Amino acid sequence: MNIRNISLLSSAAMIALLAAFPSQAQDYRAQAVAMMKRDFHAKGMAGMDRLNEDGLQAICNRTNNKPPKGIAEQMEKDEAASLKLPADGKLMGDWKSGEKIAQAGNGMTWSDKPGAPAGGSCYNCHQIGPKETSFGTIGPSLFHFGKTRGFSPENQKYAYTKIYDSKITNLCSSMPRFGHTGTLTEQQIKDLVALLMDPSSPVNQ
Amino acid sequence: MKYTITLGALAALSLAGIAPSAAAQGKPAAEKHHMKPMHAMPAMKAAPDPTTADFEKFREVLEDDNPAELFEQKGKELWTMKRGPKNASLEQCDLGLGPGVVKGAYVKMPRYFADVDQVMDAERRIVYCMETLQGFKAADLAKKPFSSDSSTPDPVSLTTYVAGQSRGMKLAIPQKNPKEREAFEVGREIFHYRAGPYDFSCATCHGEDGKRIRTQVLPNLSSKSGAMAATQGWPGYRMTGGLMHTIQWRMNDCFRQQRFPEPGYVSQTITDLLTYMAVNANGQVYKGPGIKR
Amino acid sequence: MADPMKIRAQMKGDAAEIRVLMSHPMETGQRKDGAGKVIPAHFIQSVTVTVNGKTVVDGQIGTSVSRNPVFGFRVKGAKAGDKVVVSWVDNTGDKRSDETAIN
Repeated sequence: MNIRNISLLSSAAMIALLAAFPSQAQDYRAQAVAMMKRDFHAKGMAGMDRLNEDGLQAICNRTNNKPPKGIAEQMEKDEAASLKLPADGKLMGDWKSGEKIAQAGNGMTWSDKPGAPAGGSCYNCHQIGPKETSFGTIGPSLFHFGKTRGFSPENQKYAYTKIYDSKITNLCSSMPRFGHTGTLTEQQIKDLVALLMDPSSPVNQ
Repeated sequence: MKYTITLGALAALSLAGIAPSAAAQGKPAAEKHHMKPMHAMPAMKAAPDPTTADFEKFREVLEDDNPAELFEQKGKELWTMKRGPKNASLEQCDLGLGPGVVKGAYVKMPRYFADVDQVMDAERRIVYCMETLQGFKAADLAKKPFSSDSSTPDPVSLTTYVAGQSRGMKLAIPQKNPKEREAFEVGREIFHYRAGPYDFSCATCHGEDGKRIRTQVLPNLSSKSGAMAATQGWPGYRMTGGLMHTIQWRMNDCFRQQRFPEPGYVSQTITDLLTYMAVNANGQVYKGPGIKR
Repeated sequence: MADPMKIRAQMKGDAAEIRVLMSHPMETGQRKDGAGKVIPAHFIQSVTVTVNGKTVVDGQIGTSVSRNPVFGFRVKGAKAGDKVVVSWVDNTGDKRSDETAIN
């Protein structure tokens, strides 16, 4: 699985930035990374390559998740360039499947079965449907997502983009890049968009 | 539930306590807790939400009957028993306060140990003592280091015993030695290091106050109260499954959920991370092995 | 051999409060392991408590009780210094007996 589509497109900008943050903190970081590479071992699908930062992670790690505006904009553009919208132009699938995907928290851990479809772990961090009362609060509430924002095609695209790669709109967002990393399939993302944007989805009741 | 009670000569025997205590520890009760609906649906502010508040009450009741004590007791036995290829006890193990001093040692670890020229956390030091004093092989101890349905590894019981011997004492993780300060700094970097397919660091979930995953409140480990909340509960008896776990297990399972590869058991990485957390909690009273849902 | 119990026995007013923590898997026989194999039932069947040799509890418990169970009793007529013995036998015939003095 190709989870390392490293977005090093703006590497020149990045190197410039890295040079601007030499400080002692970086020595400890280098020490920390070297230590982890020594102390960790691959298990299941979780290979040692996961300890390497990609370009985006490197910037976020070095700026305490607050990248300078210019760099953030440039790198967000780089992320956007790797966005793949569905070829058939349809952004919404089935909200019922979407609800199941939103509930499922499995995927990408060393104890997950390689090849088995991953969940979106959405409820871990977001309030979504009205029936699920066990939801996390790391992300904003998505209840009434379509109802409050409007059911426009632009908002469908926004939702699809956010799930595909949350970093396109917010470079150091806490949310994973589910499409970019191949964690969720195109159909799964469509189903999640439907959960948020279908007027008949319980989210919008 | 069937109780056939034959009253003996002592006439008035009240069974007050049997049913509630037994049920309180049982899985059905614990599950009920999970399923309890949250009130106040929209715009939930976390900490302390009703579920957590309920559980806190429940835990207070159980504190005196925490099954963790069974493991403290077992650990004490293991500490004094002559075992291993060298047929020795751990009574000469130096946990930082001199050979054999267990009381108060847990709240001063992780700390620097001159004999290894390294900072070690409690479980790491215990495993080191099992190796050097008793002749156990670290690689064997690392094979199945965490409690399961079928067994509780010895270092888990031993760590629980050692932790219990610091009950009620203030956390005083030393930061005088340069290696101790280095462990803190490196630990802080590990805590904030984002990588892997989900871009997660420890701080993604544990860097802010009042956040939850599902209904589980996430302590902010970079804050004093959050770091204490996290340090406080370990080693902890988990009622889900009824297993005794140390903080080594907690770190391991966090890295699993962070989608990282697996950290080595009692590795320096874990020690440094624990140093960062424990120093953040310094000065607060350690209540002893905890109980968790 | 089974692990020891933890027994606390304290006078509270005119009665002794006895609390017992038992170390036992209390496996119901209805759970399956990761491989789908049934985990055999393994649970405490009978519990007895004596105070100075007199039986005050002779009870039967079953699979509805959790792993590492806690029991509490209040016994009237007991006094400080009395010897409390708690014993259990499980369905495999394994047994354990521990004692303490009331304080």
